[in-house]
Amino acid sequence: MWRIIHQLGSPKGFYTLSARLQPWVWAAAALLMLIGGLWGLLYAPADYQQGDSFRIIYVHVPAAFLAQSIFVGLAVAAVVFLVWKIKVADMAASVMAPFGAGMTFVALFSGAVWGVPTWGTWWVWDARLTSMLILLFLYIGIIALRGAYAHRDSGSRAASVLAIVGVINIPIIKYSVEWWNTLHQPATFSITERPAMPAEMWLPLLLMVVGFYCFCIALTLMRTRNEILRRESSKRWVRDLVRGQ
Amino acid sequence: MSHVGPLTLREPRGGLGVAVVATLRRDMTLKLRRRSEVMNPLVFFALVITLFPLGVAPESKLLSTIAPGLLWVAALLATLLSLDSLFRVDFDDGSLEQMMLSHQPLAMLVLPKVAAHWLLTGLPLALMAPLLGVLLSLPAGSYGVLSLSLALGSASLSLVGAIGAALTVGVSRGGVLLSLLVLPLYIPVLIFGTGAIQAAIAGSGVAPHLAMLGAMLAAALMLAPWAIAASLRISLNG
Amino acid sequence: MSFRLQAQELTCERDDRCLFRDLDIEVGSGDLVRIEGPNGSGKTTLLKILSGQLDDYRGSLSWCGQDLRSVRGTFLANLLYLGHTSGVNAGLTALENLAWYQALSGDIGDTAGRMAALASVGLAGFEDVLVAQLSAGQQRRVALARLELTPRPLWILDEPFTAIDKEGVAALEHRLVSHVSQGGSVLMTTHHEMPSLGQVRSIRLGEMRWQ
Repeated sequence: MWRIIHQLGSPKGFYTLSARLQPWVWAAAALLMLIGGLWGLLYAPADYQQGDSFRIIYVHVPAAFLAQSIFVGLAVAAVVFLVWKIKVADMAASVMAPFGAGMTFVALFSGAVWGVPTWGTWWVWDARLTSMLILLFLYIGIIALRGAYAHRDSGSRAASVLAIVGVINIPIIKYSVEWWNTLHQPATFSITERPAMPAEMWLPLLLMVVGFYCFCIALTLMRTRNEILRRESSKRWVRDLVRGQ
Repeated sequence: MSHVGPLTLREPRGGLGVAVVATLRRDMTLKLRRRSEVMNPLVFFALVITLFPLGVAPESKLLSTIAPGLLWVAALLATLLSLDSLFRVDFDDGSLEQMMLSHQPLAMLVLPKVAAHWLLTGLPLALMAPLLGVLLSLPAGSYGVLSLSLALGSASLSLVGAIGAALTVGVSRGGVLLSLLVLPLYIPVLIFGTGAIQAAIAGSGVAPHLAMLGAMLAAALMLAPWAIAASLRISLNG
Repeated sequence: MSFRLQAQELTCERDDRCLFRDLDIEVGSGDLVRIEGPNGSGKTTLLKILSGQLDDYRGSLSWCGQDLRSVRGTFLANLLYLGHTSGVNAGLTALENLAWYQALSGDIGDTAGRMAALASVGLAGFEDVLVAQLSAGQQRRVALARLELTPRPLWILDEPFTAIDKEGVAALEHRLVSHVSQGGSVLMTTHHEMPSLGQVRSIRLGEMRWQ
């Protein structure tokens, strides 16, 4: 176990290990999303209140899950990078941040689209949507800060500190927004809290969520590999690799 | 060179209190010598509040409903405006470098700087807010809470904002970036700050809101100095 | 009094650019070491690492035989660092600046001591003038007054001769020699030739070898 972790810590080790891992994760992602998507969109029963429009849940919920998980992932990578100085963690963080921002946007957009049939409007200051919007700003801040530094290494550290500060704040923000929401909008129709969803509805949702996670892992692996090659391009093993091909 | 004592190896003596007090006095002196720096956020605050009746409508009923939010948002922006200069001069002239090279913990040395910022920005804003509340026909009975919530909340704003200021001080034209980083983190303070005033207007309990503001201040006091110090180290080596 | 700052196999890479590799440096009591090298060879970075500001290195760094990271407080209490930027705030007077420096290390000090320090760098009569109203050279002298103010054995100076006039240069050279002869040590970068300083050890960066 420790050997694997140790190997993952070095760019070269990560590169070789991820090469073996990558196809499996891609395959799992494709399979899960295909089954979950088809099942959810074609075979799951329609909602008795919302009809077919509820099916957007199969995109909205996995995206929202990922948006939050990736932020936690960023913070974990930041701690690993700052404490143990493992550069691969920062490389992974640098490719995860834009993807996380993308997922946040997907969650927001699908939420807005869903809002039209359920609320009759594109935007409602629902607690979850509002938190998502703030999360998007946090992501944008991290990406912008990383890019603003002249030295890449300093930008990495600054973005890491901000990710940690952000992750400490997220629960506070979430709590305060929820509190604010109950104060101002009692009894709005919450879009994700469904009472007792039948198994034919939530099973495909579960598949989609796991599929999205696999997709995220696969994409992160792939893009981190690219980032490794880019940053380590002056290293011997990368040159050997290029020459060998 | 007769006044210089003989060269000896020294042990780091304490003296943290001396350093903290001296830094607080230094920053207060500097700010008070440049009055405009203290005045500008206040004038900005007043100006923004003036714009709203002009932009919305001068109806006192409407204004009094939105007054808590307006006052808080304007005060928050005024604080933000003054944050960019918090570390800028010390960064440019090398004073921050000397602070980092002191054997005192940097996290403790930044506290008096943040305190000076709050004393000359947040606190004056809190004291001035009731005057602007009158302009917005804020219902009577909520003026004290307005000041108190702003005084409590702006201390958190200074602490959290200082993290952003420390992260962007090495970046050229970091001002806009600073607001992008800091504003999302200000949201909880804004929610509970306005919540307190609205509760005062509605006559319901103010204490929970103020307690939340106090709790956030306590958390910021414990955590923010370390984040500020870490950020300054990064900026100094960028 | 004897002390030693020792760096072994010091390597610094920033943004995948190798600034220097496997550098061995030893600075002890009575040493005057000069770091040379073309612009961009990493002189300032090296000084920042040796003064414990920058943690971005591989290799070992020790103060009196102990790892620098573990005795950081003791090390900093014996170090006087003068960087590119002078660390002098333009909005304060020379005296106020010095008082703050002293307070940073926990000393309250006294005005007489600070006046004497300013007088020794030729700033008598300018004690209560705002630094902003002083010339660039005079501002630099305010920073140099710190050398007189607090007795610290190890001086790390980044381009100390910048912006000061001929007499100032002579006085500073004299001060460096007297510091070394008292058992202190100086580690510095400068483009200035220093024939009058006698025994100077040089470390060349950029070519990565001892001269």
